[in-house]
Order: sequence, then structure tokens, then C-alpha cells
Amino acid sequence: MTLLQVENIQTYIDQFHILQGVNLAVEAGRVTVILGRNGAGKTTTLRSIMGLTPPRAGRVVFDGRDIQGMQAHTIARLGIGYVPEDQGIFKDLTVEENMKLAIRKADTATQERQEFALELFPDLKIAWKRKGGNLSGGQKQMLSIARAFVNDNKLLLIDEPSKGLAPIVVEKVMAAILELKKRTTIVLVEQNFIMASGVGDDVYILDDGHTVYQGTMADIRGDEELKKKYLGIAI
Amino acid sequence: MSLTLNLLLNGIALGSLIFLIAVGLSLIFGLMGVLNFAHGAIFIWGSYAGLAAFNASGSFLIGIIAGTVAGIVIGWVMERLFIRPFYGNHVAQILLTLGLMIVLTEGLKYFWGPNLLGFDKPAALTGVVDVLSDPFPIYRIFMIGIGLLVLVGVHLLLSRTRYGIIIRAGVQDPEMVQALGINVRRVFSLVFALGAGLAAFGGVIAGPSFGSITPDLGMANQLNAFIVIVIGGIGNFPGAALGSLLIGIVQTFMAFYLPDVAVAVSVAMMALVLIWKPEGILSVRR
Repeated sequence: MTLLQVENIQTYIDQFHILQGVNLAVEAGRVTVILGRNGAGKTTTLRSIMGLTPPRAGRVVFDGRDIQGMQAHTIARLGIGYVPEDQGIFKDLTVEENMKLAIRKADTATQERQEFALELFPDLKIAWKRKGGNLSGGQKQMLSIARAFVNDNKLLLIDEPSKGLAPIVVEKVMAAILELKKRTTIVLVEQNFIMASGVGDDVYILDDGHTVYQGTMADIRGDEELKKKYLGIAI
Repeated sequence: MSLTLNLLLNGIALGSLIFLIAVGLSLIFGLMGVLNFAHGAIFIWGSYAGLAAFNASGSFLIGIIAGTVAGIVIGWVMERLFIRPFYGNHVAQILLTLGLMIVLTEGLKYFWGPNLLGFDKPAALTGVVDVLSDPFPIYRIFMIGIGLLVLVGVHLLLSRTRYGIIIRAGVQDPEMVQALGINVRRVFSLVFALGAGLAAFGGVIAGPSFGSITPDLGMANQLNAFIVIVIGGIGNFPGAALGSLLIGIVQTFMAFYLPDVAVAVSVAMMALVLIWKPEGILSVRR
């Protein structure tokens, strides 16, 4: 079942035409990875889906509803959790307050998800009363993912979770994403192909604001030509 | 009581008053990025509305309620009709709020005239009490108490309630708050109305300490609030409290010893903070 359908979206930032025809079809229960070089439009695609940088044309359909033109808070309430590139942690709020802020419904299911997230990221339990600004980069990333997961979200949009993190922390975050994959659908933006290939099922490659490739992770793993052409990597 | 202690208590009373104006201004600027030049006009509207209700009812409490409600209504209408279309456009906001300040001030002159209006203290708060064997006005003590009450109230609102967490988060990153499913615009309206209500509340409390009011008092008091939010740091609530106290005490001492340069010293303090600690005296570099 297609949970999220993005059809030919055109997004501008000021006068710059950033997305010039991005298409995605995200299947429920899978991890869809968006790959591409710096400036290809990956982050803008997630922001367009979230309504933070709304597209001027095209269509975004989530769970059977056209969400194009809706405000970001309404889109979030429909069941999309967002982990931005800069993690979006409130530096003057404690870890506990960051989580409290995110929780939309204080029921037992939410409590269970919070406990699950804290088991995935025990560092957060230790830093529970610490302010967001005093966390390490890895802890901020963990908190950002936990915050997006704590609600009953059908879809998580995760933007470059490995960015700026030490390899050992990246491994922890990726292990957590593999666990989350069992419970929800994920769209993952990543520049680190090796890392993305360990968790992804489906792949889209963006180049210069267009979708230029769609396939499965298994397909792309063996396609050296494609990787070299669009990702600039040769393995 | 020594002269120094007397001046200190008067300074704290003035600081309490400045705090009532500055706290709303600081939150509005911090959360919404709106530099509201009409904030002082709302303060003095609160004063006039409070005086009218006080005179009509004979109850200072009713005057306080009426003045505060007037401020909340003006703030709410102002945000919905005039500010909302111009979020993010600072030049338009400055011009617009300057225009609204003039309209609100002229509105007062239209309804109540441009001349001084006497604002008596309520009977229960008239007179003096002995502080360390020297007389000190009861009303100033009342002002300090009100300042403390508002300080504690706003602190509890910001630290213990969900709305408080939303406001503090919104000051840092309103877009992320929105992405968590919270309607930031609704919070903006609430904070704007709350800030305006606090300013108007301050206007009613200030009236009897001034003894008489004129429509132009709004602008004069607004200047202190702007100095305070720069010194305390934009959107920084403890900074606004400390900055108000500092400016209140410094201005009182300067008004006694060097009255000609009292305001200039406050502005110089603001300039020094801008040079050495532009994020406010309580900011911590990370």
C-alpha cells in the first residue's frame, strides 16, 4: 500500500526553483531512502512534504488525503514525524521538556512508545533533566528521533541522521532506525550510501531538483555506473 | 532608614513597573519577532481604562480588571487585524506599530482630552508605613508586591505549564514547534494578548504612582522597556526581570544624584550591553 505519494512537486525558495519535478511513492512498512549529491533537493523534498516549504505546484498525498497546501502543524497531526537535518532540539528545554512538547496524546500507547524509545537510546534516560543545548551531537540526534517516534505517527521523515556524528554513534543511530523500521514507515534522506544501504528497502535518487532514479536498494547496490553517475561514489 | 535604602526601595518599585511593560514586549519580540512600538500606547490605554472604571465604580480592583481587559482586547484585535499579515516583514511591522502607537495615543486624546487627568491612590493604599523607623509609601510597597506576584506567576506559567513550554520552545524555533503539530499562530495570538494585557495592567498600577496621567506617558515608559529587553536579552524572561530591576534602581539613584543624565545613563548601559554582550546579560555562549 502506498502511504505517501509525491507527484511532480515544484518548490521555490525565494526566486530559486529548487524542486523541478520530484516524484516519490513510499510504501507502508518500508524504508525509502532518498539519495543525491549536496544541493540535489533532498532536504527541500522533506520540507515540502511537511509543509514547511510548501510546493507551488504538484501534489502530495498522504494516507489517501491530499495534504498539499495544509499547514505544517496540521500535516504533523495527520501522523508525520519530522527529524530535521539540524535536529531541531530546543536548547533551553530539558530532554524531558522536549519530549513533553512533542507528545500530543498522553495515553498508555504513547507511554509505551516513549519507554521503547528510551530503551533504544538509554543515553536520553541519563540526560533526562539536561538541557538540549548541553547534549552531544549524537544525543541530540537520538532525542530528535525519539521525539518524532513518540506519537502514533504513520510516517517518519528523517533528514541525514549521520551528519556530523562519530562512526560509533552513527552505528547506534542506524541500529535504532532498523528497530523503528519494524514499527513504522520511514523516509530517510542520506548522503552516506554505505549507511543508507544497510537500512533502506527502496531508493530514489534526486539530481538538480528532479527524481532521476527509482528502484530497490538491491538494484542500486550492484549498479556501479549509477552510483558513480549520480552519487559520485565508486566502491 | 538610610537614604540609600530608601532609594533602593524606590528603585525596586520602579523596576517592578518597568518589568510589567517589558516582560510582554520581550516575549512578543522573542516569540514572534515583532518589535511592537505600540506597546507603550497599550500601557497608557490600560491606565485610562482603569481610571475610568475606578472612577465609575469606586473600586480599584475593578479598575485593574477593566484596564487589563482593555489591553487584552486591544492586543488581540491588533494581532489579528494588523500584525498577522506582516509576520517576518520587520520594516512593515515597525512602520505599522509606530502608526498604531500614534492612532492609539490620539484616540486617548479624542476620548479623554490631551490634558493631565488626576489618578488618586485607592484609600486602602494611601499613606505610609515605617520601614526601619522611616516612613515609606504603602503604594510603593504594593507595587513591589505586584511586581513579585507577576514575576512568580509568569515564571510558573513558563516553567510548569504546557503552554509555557510551547512559548519557550517557540522563542527558540517556531518552525520546529509547528512541525511537532502545534499551531504556533494560535500561541502567537495568545502571547500577544497576554503581553498587551500585562502592559495595560502595569498602566493601571502605574497611574496612582504617577498621580496624574497624559496620553504621551506611553512612549516615555516604552523607552525603558526597550532598554530592558536589550539588556536582558530578547525573549529572556529572567533577563527581563533582572534588567528591569537594574534600570529601575539605576534610574532612581541617577534621578536623585544626577537628574540631568538619568535617561542617558540607561541608554549608555544598553549600548555597553550591545557592545559586550549583545545577546543579553544572562546569555550563555554555547
